[in-house]
Amino acid sequence: MEAVGLLPVLALSAILFVTGVAGVLTRRNALIVFMSVELMLNAVNLAFVAFARENQVVDGQVFAVFVMAVAAAEAAVGLALVILLFRNRVTVFLDDLNLLKG
Amino acid sequence: MTQPVLFYLFSLVAVIAGFTVVTARNPITSAMALVACFFCLAADYVLLEAHFVAVIQVLVYAGAIMVLFIFVIMLLNLREDLPVPLGDISRRSLFGLGVAGVLGVGIIAALAVAVPHTQFGEVAEGYGTIKKVGEAMFGGPYLLPFEVVSALLTVAVVGAVVLGKKEI
Repeated sequence: MEAVGLLPVLALSAILFVTGVAGVLTRRNALIVFMSVELMLNAVNLAFVAFARENQVVDGQVFAVFVMAVAAAEAAVGLALVILLFRNRVTVFLDDLNLLKG
Repeated sequence: MTQPVLFYLFSLVAVIAGFTVVTARNPITSAMALVACFFCLAADYVLLEAHFVAVIQVLVYAGAIMVLFIFVIMLLNLREDLPVPLGDISRRSLFGLGVAGVLGVGIIAALAVAVPHTQFGEVAEGYGTIKKVGEAMFGGPYLLPFEVVSALLTVAVVGAVVLGKKEI
Protein backbone atom coordinates (compact mmCIF):
# COMPACT_ATOMS: atom_id res chain seq x y z
CA MET A 1 0.00 0.00 0.00
CA GLU A 2 2.23 2.77 -1.26
CA ALA A 3 -0.14 5.74 -1.36
CA VAL A 4 -1.20 5.59 2.30
CA GLY A 5 1.23 6.51 5.04
CA LEU A 6 1.58 5.94 8.74
CA LEU A 7 -0.52 8.96 9.71
CA PRO A 8 -3.97 7.86 8.44
CA VAL A 9 -3.58 4.40 9.98
CA LEU A 10 -2.57 5.84 13.36
CA ALA A 11 -5.43 8.35 13.11
CA LEU A 12 -7.89 5.47 12.61
CA SER A 13 -6.31 3.71 15.57
CA ALA A 14 -6.69 6.83 17.73
CA ILE A 15 -10.34 7.31 16.71
CA LEU A 16 -11.21 3.70 17.56
CA PHE A 17 -9.33 3.90 20.87
CA VAL A 18 -11.12 7.10 21.90
CA THR A 19 -14.47 5.56 20.91
CA GLY A 20 -13.67 2.65 23.22
CA VAL A 21 -12.71 5.02 26.06
CA ALA A 22 -16.02 6.89 25.64
CA GLY A 23 -17.89 3.58 25.74
CA VAL A 24 -16.14 2.44 28.92
CA LEU A 25 -16.83 5.75 30.65
CA THR A 26 -20.44 6.30 29.58
CA ARG A 27 -22.14 2.89 29.35
CA ARG A 28 -23.72 1.06 32.29
CA ASN A 29 -24.02 -2.41 30.77
CA ALA A 30 -21.00 -4.54 31.75
CA LEU A 31 -21.10 -6.47 28.46
CA ILE A 32 -20.94 -3.30 26.37
CA VAL A 33 -18.10 -2.03 28.58
CA PHE A 34 -16.24 -5.28 27.79
CA MET A 35 -16.88 -4.80 24.08
CA SER A 36 -15.51 -1.26 24.32
CA VAL A 37 -12.36 -2.67 25.93
CA GLU A 38 -12.03 -5.10 23.01
CA LEU A 39 -12.37 -2.13 20.65
CA MET A 40 -9.51 -0.37 22.46
CA LEU A 41 -7.33 -3.51 22.25
CA ASN A 42 -8.00 -3.68 18.51
CA ALA A 43 -7.01 -0.04 18.08
CA VAL A 44 -3.69 -0.79 19.79
CA ASN A 45 -3.23 -3.84 17.53
CA LEU A 46 -3.73 -1.64 14.48
CA ALA A 47 -1.04 0.74 15.74
CA PHE A 48 1.34 -2.22 16.29
CA VAL A 49 0.76 -3.49 12.75
CA ALA A 50 1.13 0.00 11.27
CA PHE A 51 4.46 0.59 13.01
CA ALA A 52 5.65 -2.86 11.95
CA ARG A 53 4.79 -1.97 8.35
CA GLU A 54 6.55 1.39 8.64
CA ASN A 55 9.76 -0.12 10.05
CA GLN A 56 9.71 -3.22 7.78
CA VAL A 57 9.93 -5.65 10.72
CA VAL A 58 7.45 -8.32 11.79
CA ASP A 59 8.00 -7.84 15.54
CA GLY A 60 4.92 -5.63 15.76
CA GLN A 61 2.81 -8.38 14.20
CA VAL A 62 4.15 -10.85 16.79
CA PHE A 63 3.03 -8.41 19.49
CA ALA A 64 -0.40 -8.11 17.85
CA VAL A 65 -0.79 -11.90 18.11
CA PHE A 66 0.20 -11.74 21.78
CA VAL A 67 -2.36 -8.99 22.39
CA MET A 68 -5.05 -11.17 20.81
CA ALA A 69 -4.14 -14.06 23.14
CA VAL A 70 -4.35 -11.75 26.16
CA ALA A 71 -7.69 -10.40 24.89
CA ALA A 72 -9.03 -13.95 24.60
CA ALA A 73 -7.99 -14.69 28.19
CA GLU A 74 -9.53 -11.42 29.37
CA ALA A 75 -12.81 -12.15 27.56
CA ALA A 76 -13.04 -15.66 29.05
CA VAL A 77 -12.47 -14.52 32.65
CA GLY A 78 -14.52 -11.33 32.25
CA LEU A 79 -17.56 -13.11 30.82
CA ALA A 80 -17.32 -15.73 33.57
CA LEU A 81 -17.40 -12.85 36.06
CA VAL A 82 -20.46 -11.36 34.31
CA ILE A 83 -22.27 -14.71 34.50
CA LEU A 84 -21.35 -15.04 38.19
CA LEU A 85 -22.55 -11.48 38.80
CA PHE A 86 -25.85 -12.16 37.02
CA ARG A 87 -26.35 -15.36 39.02
CA ASN A 88 -25.82 -13.57 42.35
CA ARG A 89 -27.35 -10.14 41.75
CA VAL A 90 -29.56 -10.64 38.63
CA THR A 91 -28.09 -7.55 36.98
CA VAL A 92 -25.30 -6.62 34.57
CA PHE A 93 -25.60 -2.89 35.19
CA LEU A 94 -22.48 -1.51 36.79
CA ASP A 95 -24.45 1.16 38.69
CA ASP A 96 -26.06 -1.57 40.77
CA LEU A 97 -22.69 -2.76 42.05
CA ASN A 98 -22.09 -0.44 44.98
CA LEU A 99 -21.36 -3.01 47.68
CA LEU A 100 -17.95 -1.50 48.47
CA LYS A 101 -19.32 2.05 48.60
CA GLY A 102 -19.29 3.18 52.26
CA MET B 1 -4.25 2.82 -6.93
CA THR B 2 -7.25 0.98 -5.52
CA GLN B 3 -5.53 0.25 -2.22
CA PRO B 4 -5.94 3.72 -0.64
CA VAL B 5 -9.61 3.75 -1.72
CA LEU B 6 -10.12 0.34 -0.10
CA PHE B 7 -8.26 1.44 3.04
CA TYR B 8 -10.37 4.57 3.53
CA LEU B 9 -13.58 2.65 2.75
CA PHE B 10 -12.86 -0.07 5.31
CA SER B 11 -11.67 2.53 7.82
CA LEU B 12 -14.90 4.50 7.44
CA VAL B 13 -17.01 1.37 8.00
CA ALA B 14 -14.82 0.45 11.00
CA VAL B 15 -15.34 3.86 12.60
CA ILE B 16 -19.11 3.76 11.99
CA ALA B 17 -19.27 0.25 13.44
CA GLY B 18 -17.20 1.37 16.42
CA PHE B 19 -19.62 4.23 17.12
CA THR B 20 -22.51 1.78 16.83
CA VAL B 21 -20.86 -0.51 19.42
CA VAL B 22 -20.77 2.33 21.92
CA THR B 23 -24.16 3.91 21.17
CA ALA B 24 -26.44 0.91 20.56
CA ARG B 25 -29.11 0.23 23.17
CA ASN B 26 -29.31 -3.51 22.55
CA PRO B 27 -26.16 -5.55 23.44
CA ILE B 28 -26.71 -7.83 20.40
CA THR B 29 -26.56 -4.79 18.11
CA SER B 30 -23.30 -3.82 19.78
CA ALA B 31 -21.89 -7.31 19.31
CA MET B 32 -22.82 -7.44 15.63
CA ALA B 33 -21.33 -3.98 15.03
CA LEU B 34 -18.16 -5.16 16.78
CA VAL B 35 -17.97 -8.17 14.44
CA ALA B 36 -18.28 -5.80 11.46
CA CYS B 37 -15.56 -3.59 12.94
CA PHE B 38 -13.26 -6.62 13.38
CA PHE B 39 -13.78 -7.71 9.77
CA CYS B 40 -12.97 -4.19 8.51
CA LEU B 41 -9.84 -4.12 10.66
CA ALA B 42 -8.85 -7.53 9.22
CA ALA B 43 -9.17 -6.00 5.74
CA ASP B 44 -6.96 -3.10 6.86
CA TYR B 45 -4.40 -5.61 8.15
CA VAL B 46 -4.33 -7.26 4.73
CA LEU B 47 -3.73 -3.84 3.14
CA LEU B 48 -0.88 -3.35 5.65
CA GLU B 49 0.71 -6.64 4.48
CA ALA B 50 -0.08 -8.38 7.78
CA HIS B 51 -1.78 -11.44 6.28
CA PHE B 52 -1.26 -13.78 9.22
CA VAL B 53 -2.57 -11.22 11.72
CA ALA B 54 -5.61 -10.66 9.49
CA VAL B 55 -6.43 -14.38 9.44
CA ILE B 56 -5.97 -14.63 13.20
CA GLN B 57 -8.16 -11.54 13.64
CA VAL B 58 -11.05 -13.22 11.79
CA LEU B 59 -10.54 -16.63 13.39
CA VAL B 60 -9.90 -15.61 17.01
CA TYR B 61 -11.67 -12.28 17.39
CA ALA B 62 -14.62 -12.42 15.01
CA GLY B 63 -14.86 -16.19 15.41
CA ALA B 64 -14.10 -17.27 18.95
CA ILE B 65 -14.31 -14.20 21.18
CA MET B 66 -17.45 -12.71 19.65
CA VAL B 67 -19.22 -16.09 19.69
CA LEU B 68 -18.45 -16.18 23.42
CA PHE B 69 -19.90 -12.67 23.83
CA ILE B 70 -23.07 -13.45 21.88
CA PHE B 71 -23.46 -16.74 23.76
CA VAL B 72 -23.35 -14.90 27.09
CA ILE B 73 -25.76 -12.19 25.90
CA MET B 74 -28.24 -14.85 24.76
CA LEU B 75 -27.73 -16.83 27.97
CA LEU B 76 -28.51 -13.85 30.19
CA ASN B 77 -31.54 -12.84 28.05
CA LEU B 78 -31.01 -9.16 28.77
CA ARG B 79 -33.60 -6.47 28.38
CA GLU B 80 -32.63 -3.33 26.54
CA ASP B 81 -30.62 -0.75 28.40
CA LEU B 82 -33.23 1.32 30.20
CA PRO B 83 -33.10 5.07 29.75
CA VAL B 84 -31.65 6.67 32.85
CA PRO B 85 -32.97 9.97 34.29
CA LEU B 86 -31.94 13.02 32.29
CA GLY B 87 -29.76 14.64 34.94
CA ASP B 88 -27.89 11.38 35.42
CA ILE B 89 -27.33 11.02 31.67
CA SER B 90 -25.89 14.48 31.24
CA ARG B 91 -23.55 14.26 34.25
CA ARG B 92 -22.10 10.80 33.48
CA SER B 93 -22.06 11.21 29.72
CA LEU B 94 -20.59 14.69 29.84
CA PHE B 95 -17.77 13.47 32.06
CA GLY B 96 -17.05 10.45 29.87
CA LEU B 97 -17.33 12.32 26.61
CA GLY B 98 -15.18 15.14 28.00
CA VAL B 99 -12.39 12.78 29.01
CA ALA B 100 -12.60 10.93 25.68
CA GLY B 101 -12.65 14.19 23.72
CA VAL B 102 -9.61 15.61 25.51
CA LEU B 103 -7.78 12.29 24.98
CA GLY B 104 -8.74 12.17 21.31
CA VAL B 105 -7.71 15.76 20.61
CA GLY B 106 -4.43 15.16 22.43
CA ILE B 107 -3.59 11.99 20.52
CA ILE B 108 -4.52 13.45 17.12
CA ALA B 109 -2.52 16.61 17.82
CA ALA B 110 0.50 14.57 18.91
CA LEU B 111 0.21 12.42 15.79
CA ALA B 112 -0.06 15.44 13.51
CA VAL B 113 3.06 16.96 15.07
CA ALA B 114 5.23 13.89 15.54
CA VAL B 115 4.41 11.50 12.70
CA PRO B 116 6.11 12.28 9.39
CA HIS B 117 3.78 12.64 6.41
CA THR B 118 5.57 9.95 4.45
CA GLN B 119 4.12 6.99 2.61
CA PHE B 120 4.86 3.34 3.25
CA GLY B 121 7.80 1.91 1.31
CA GLU B 122 8.05 -1.40 -0.49
CA VAL B 123 8.18 -4.49 1.71
CA ALA B 124 10.48 -7.46 1.38
CA GLU B 125 9.29 -10.68 -0.27
CA GLY B 126 7.14 -12.76 2.10
CA TYR B 127 6.64 -10.00 4.69
CA GLY B 128 3.72 -10.72 7.00
CA THR B 129 3.26 -14.34 5.98
CA ILE B 130 2.99 -17.16 8.52
CA LYS B 131 6.58 -18.17 7.72
CA LYS B 132 8.11 -14.80 8.56
CA VAL B 133 5.91 -14.20 11.64
CA GLY B 134 6.65 -17.73 12.87
CA GLU B 135 10.39 -17.25 12.40
CA ALA B 136 10.22 -14.03 14.42
CA MET B 137 8.05 -15.64 17.09
CA PHE B 138 9.99 -18.87 17.61
CA GLY B 139 13.50 -17.98 16.42
CA GLY B 140 14.18 -14.88 18.46
CA PRO B 141 13.56 -13.22 21.81
CA TYR B 142 9.81 -13.91 21.72
CA LEU B 143 10.02 -17.62 22.47
CA LEU B 144 9.77 -17.15 26.25
CA PRO B 145 6.87 -14.63 26.01
CA PHE B 146 5.09 -17.13 23.76
CA GLU B 147 5.37 -19.83 26.40
CA VAL B 148 4.23 -17.37 29.08
CA VAL B 149 1.15 -16.58 26.96
CA SER B 150 0.32 -20.29 26.84
CA ALA B 151 0.57 -20.41 30.65
CA LEU B 152 -1.67 -17.31 30.82
CA LEU B 153 -4.30 -18.98 28.62
CA THR B 154 -4.25 -22.08 30.85
CA VAL B 155 -4.69 -19.90 33.94
CA ALA B 156 -7.57 -18.04 32.26
CA VAL B 157 -9.35 -21.29 31.33
CA VAL B 158 -8.99 -22.63 34.88
CA GLY B 159 -10.15 -19.30 36.29
CA ALA B 160 -13.19 -19.15 34.00
CA VAL B 161 -14.21 -22.70 34.97
CA VAL B 162 -13.75 -21.98 38.68
CA LEU B 163 -15.79 -18.77 38.42
CA GLY B 164 -18.49 -20.35 36.30
CA LYS B 165 -19.12 -23.47 38.35
CA LYS B 166 -21.86 -23.25 40.95
CA GLU B 167 -19.86 -25.24 43.48
CA ILE B 168 -16.33 -26.53 43.20
